[in-house]
Amino acid sequence: MGNDLVVPAIVAVTLLTLGIGFYGLRLARTTSDFLVASRVVSPTWNAAAIGGEYLSAASFLGVAGLILKYGVDVLWYPVGFAAGYLALLLFVAAPLRRSGAFTLPDFCELRLGSRRLRTLATVFVIFIGWLYLVPQLQGAGLTLATLAGSPYPVGALVVAVVVTANVALGGMRAITFVQAFQYWLKLTALAVPAIFLALQWQADGRPAVTPPEGPTFRTATTVVVEHRAVLTLPDGQSREVRPGDELTFAAGQPVPEVSGVTTGVTDWLLPSTAGADDRGLFATYSLILATFLGTMGLPHVLVRFYTNPDGASARRTTLVVLALVGVFYLLPTIYGVLGRIYTPQLLVSGQTDAVVVLLPEAALGAGTTGRLLAALVAAGAFAAFLSTASGLLTSVAGVISTDVLNRGSVHGFRLATVIAGGVPLILALNVAGLDVSQVVGLAFAVAASSFCPLLVLGIWWRGLTDAGAAAGILVGGGAAVMAVLLTVLGPPLTGWPATLTAQPAAWTVPLAFTVMVAVSLATRRRAPADVGRTMLRLHAPDSLRL
Amino acid sequence: MVAEDPVPAPRRPEPSRAAGERHVPEPTRAAAEQRPGSSARTRVVLAEVSRPKHRAGGTRTELTQQTRVGEALIHGLVRAQLALALQLSAVVMVGLGGLPWLFAVAPSVGRMTVLGVNLPWLLLGVLSFPFLVAVGWTYVRLAERNEQDFTDLVQRPER
Repeated sequence: MGNDLVVPAIVAVTLLTLGIGFYGLRLARTTSDFLVASRVVSPTWNAAAIGGEYLSAASFLGVAGLILKYGVDVLWYPVGFAAGYLALLLFVAAPLRRSGAFTLPDFCELRLGSRRLRTLATVFVIFIGWLYLVPQLQGAGLTLATLAGSPYPVGALVVAVVVTANVALGGMRAITFVQAFQYWLKLTALAVPAIFLALQWQADGRPAVTPPEGPTFRTATTVVVEHRAVLTLPDGQSREVRPGDELTFAAGQPVPEVSGVTTGVTDWLLPSTAGADDRGLFATYSLILATFLGTMGLPHVLVRFYTNPDGASARRTTLVVLALVGVFYLLPTIYGVLGRIYTPQLLVSGQTDAVVVLLPEAALGAGTTGRLLAALVAAGAFAAFLSTASGLLTSVAGVISTDVLNRGSVHGFRLATVIAGGVPLILALNVAGLDVSQVVGLAFAVAASSFCPLLVLGIWWRGLTDAGAAAGILVGGGAAVMAVLLTVLGPPLTGWPATLTAQPAAWTVPLAFTVMVAVSLATRRRAPADVGRTMLRLHAPDSLRL
Repeated sequence: MVAEDPVPAPRRPEPSRAAGERHVPEPTRAAAEQRPGSSARTRVVLAEVSRPKHRAGGTRTELTQQTRVGEALIHGLVRAQLALALQLSAVVMVGLGGLPWLFAVAPSVGRMTVLGVNLPWLLLGVLSFPFLVAVGWTYVRLAERNEQDFTDLVQRPER
């Protein structure tokens, strides 16, 4: 869109990422450096790295877009994304670090001593990892297309190649530096423009976010429709629009109601559960469950915990992450809210995910300030794609190199990285129409219904057996995977079936827990003989050095 | 048996270290009162642990040899930590998880405004994050205290 600063900013971020990666490469000497950063990363560095890795395209772009589109109800996304770290802290962080496992399959074998369960866990790690990688690459493609006008595959390709090269060459140690840097970059890239935006809003005489007549266009605007929708114009006429249609609105004209988007004032401002049917409440609780419990089951989050020196520092690291992530999530709301005033055309075009990158120029004008801030935000968005994709790739590659290729060497890890990065790239190039935030939400639901019960029961309950764990993962996780496939590939559904598949966690998580406990009780004899020793290892304070 | 043992001071504060320092090999642990991110960090050394291993009594053997006493000890710790985690998640479940239900049964609460901002926006968009951090901070404090109690129990010299 004519901003000549965007591409240099993105190139700068990419070069910095590569530069820090190569600086780390000089320090990475052994296989241990490569895989777990030799476990000498301090809690503060590690926490910034975890935060940097966690704040993905969905957090950076998606949350603000959802808030612009749906209003208060989707605030549960950022709250849940942050609260996931609290669940991780309460139930998993310290014991998991003490277990000494590097990946989730490692944990399965350590705790339950079953090779078959290990294989099953490997399949789920790879599935969740790829499900989460595809939207990151897509987000990159769409952002570059929006801001620089490049074809969609370019952005996806750039991110995939940079990340694969960086992970393959530098391994985890380099990634720790890169990720920590990217947390601060992302925070800055949202915080600085947010201050300018708030000042601009003041200077404009604090226009109401929710004027009684609904959102209006501040300037004459031409909208190119991206998603098929039905518009209801203020005079009551309705009109169907298709991708590619161009609509022109005069300044001061109200924004038409768009099907599937919350344009009405009260719906946007107030919780929809108020007075609505039970489906809204069910979907809200399902979302809460998926995000609260899903974080602990994300492979790229767990892998990072092994870089803590001991259980107590894993706990402190998690607390710092919770604080860092919490600070970050204060910001997307500002963009979503101000987007109602300055970029209402996104409601019509359907491109709400672009609100964060388009808002600075829309509010501050195309002067130097606006263009600089837009470039800063674009750099932050790219940092989000790069860092999350790096983390996911590291963990998926780690699993592939140890469990599929059966090679623990640096060379095996590099080969695995290329495989782990190639597959989602091919997928991302072929499916352009998936909704970034929705797919990420589904990845959380799968993680919450498979690895969350495994970790929680494995750490706290002696009675868990390998058969029980496998059954729980297969039934609960399998149900969530089915819901994902139905939502992404299946026919459009309405009513309860749509709610149950789009937000499956509220039934798949209890299902996974129930099956896991019931089958474990039925196969009590299979409980590992050394469970007492494992419990001691997981829970005995580090200072005892047993 | 439970009388205070005057000889080895149970905890001895050490000069503060800078944050971000390499992990030290000796068994140290941060004081429970430590705040994350503060640069002046007080580390506390367990006097008992610093001593040679053979002085550290038979309870340790009970633990590693998986005797009944050892099993009971670790059982107690697991139970205490789990109870703590469950209690704090109950706090979150009521504090945050209760909100959708509250907005559903009492829509007027959702319409209330504080300083011109609607209450649900303020609660979810701003206040939920410090709330989560406060719960997490409480957990780290109490969990480390549980572990300290357990360590004291195990390291107590046999009489």
